[in-house]
Amino acid sequence: MKLIILSACSILLWSSCSFNDKSNAVLPIYGSREPVTKTVNGKQVTDTVYQTIPDFNFVNQYGKTINRKSLDGSIYVADFFFTSCPSICPVMHRNMLKVYESFKNSGNVKIISHSIDPGHDSVPVLKSYADKLGVTGNNWWFLQGKKEATYKLAESYLVAVQEDSKAEGGFVHAGYFILVDKQKRIRGTYDGTKPEEVDKLIADIKTLQNEPENMIAQ
Amino acid sequence: MKLSIITGLLALIICLAYSCQSEDRIEYMRYYSAGQDLYKTKCQNCHGAQGEGLAALIPPLTDTVYLRANNNKLACYVQNGLKLPILVKGKAFNGQMPPAGLSPIEIAQVLTYVKNSFGNNMGIYDVAQTNKHLGKCE
Repeated sequence: MKLIILSACSILLWSSCSFNDKSNAVLPIYGSREPVTKTVNGKQVTDTVYQTIPDFNFVNQYGKTINRKSLDGSIYVADFFFTSCPSICPVMHRNMLKVYESFKNSGNVKIISHSIDPGHDSVPVLKSYADKLGVTGNNWWFLQGKKEATYKLAESYLVAVQEDSKAEGGFVHAGYFILVDKQKRIRGTYDGTKPEEVDKLIADIKTLQNEPENMIAQ
Repeated sequence: MKLSIITGLLALIICLAYSCQSEDRIEYMRYYSAGQDLYKTKCQNCHGAQGEGLAALIPPLTDTVYLRANNNKLACYVQNGLKLPILVKGKAFNGQMPPAGLSPIEIAQVLTYVKNSFGNNMGIYDVAQTNKHLGKCE
């Protein structure tokens, strides 16, 4: 009898553990979504279309043109900054360096940092910034382009940036890191100024790396 | 009789010296803990919780040799910011530090914290010294 209770308990424990594993393994999908019904092989099929990051056209620290396609096949983390930022950017990029170091050899994770001050942050300025940060290769791009285009793109990342002569350094922006999957859907947002949130980001990237390509996450 | 008077006097002197010292110690602790709070709000974002700086962008605060050699300039750097290139731990840093927006007493407190943290051990840097150094900013 005791043995039966014991084994029942252990089965319960085991199943609850595996249930937890499963629910942890799927990250939510952020942004708007809409159902789309189409006819496939004579059958009505309803699918969910998720919000994705729209196309863009910027230049990286090496002077190369970078667009949406350049990130095909990559999980990536995006943020917004400017090199002369006196407030939260240094702490954001101290934390982002941890993400960079964790995945620089993994091949399918990139970081893109959009400058919101392209007037000052020219390609040579961004290159020098990357060099000083110790960033080499093509895992972390520092991008600049038209200010309006960058600000518009920030909206699709659900991040607010704006110019403000009263703010320290002339701009206000939130220090968020945005996690985007290979299908260019937003899968997480993290306060880039908090080390514990950045640890969660690193864990979530690993979860995404293990996600089957064709899985439908809800 | 004489001996007991001498012993008594000696004891008194030791007591006085000790209480003076602990008075100094209390003053130091006041500066240090106020400086710690200021450091968190004004300096830590850039220079880091351990004074580690940020790669080649922001200099660390762990170079005791630099801090001692530039002791009379540090208050001016904190008050007015810093634009010149400096050499810390053998590495050149040429970014800009913005003015911290601190009063002389706050500069004294935050520098007392910096000079006695991150492996530095330089003792109290009081407001009198700070004012003296601030009077000679370039």
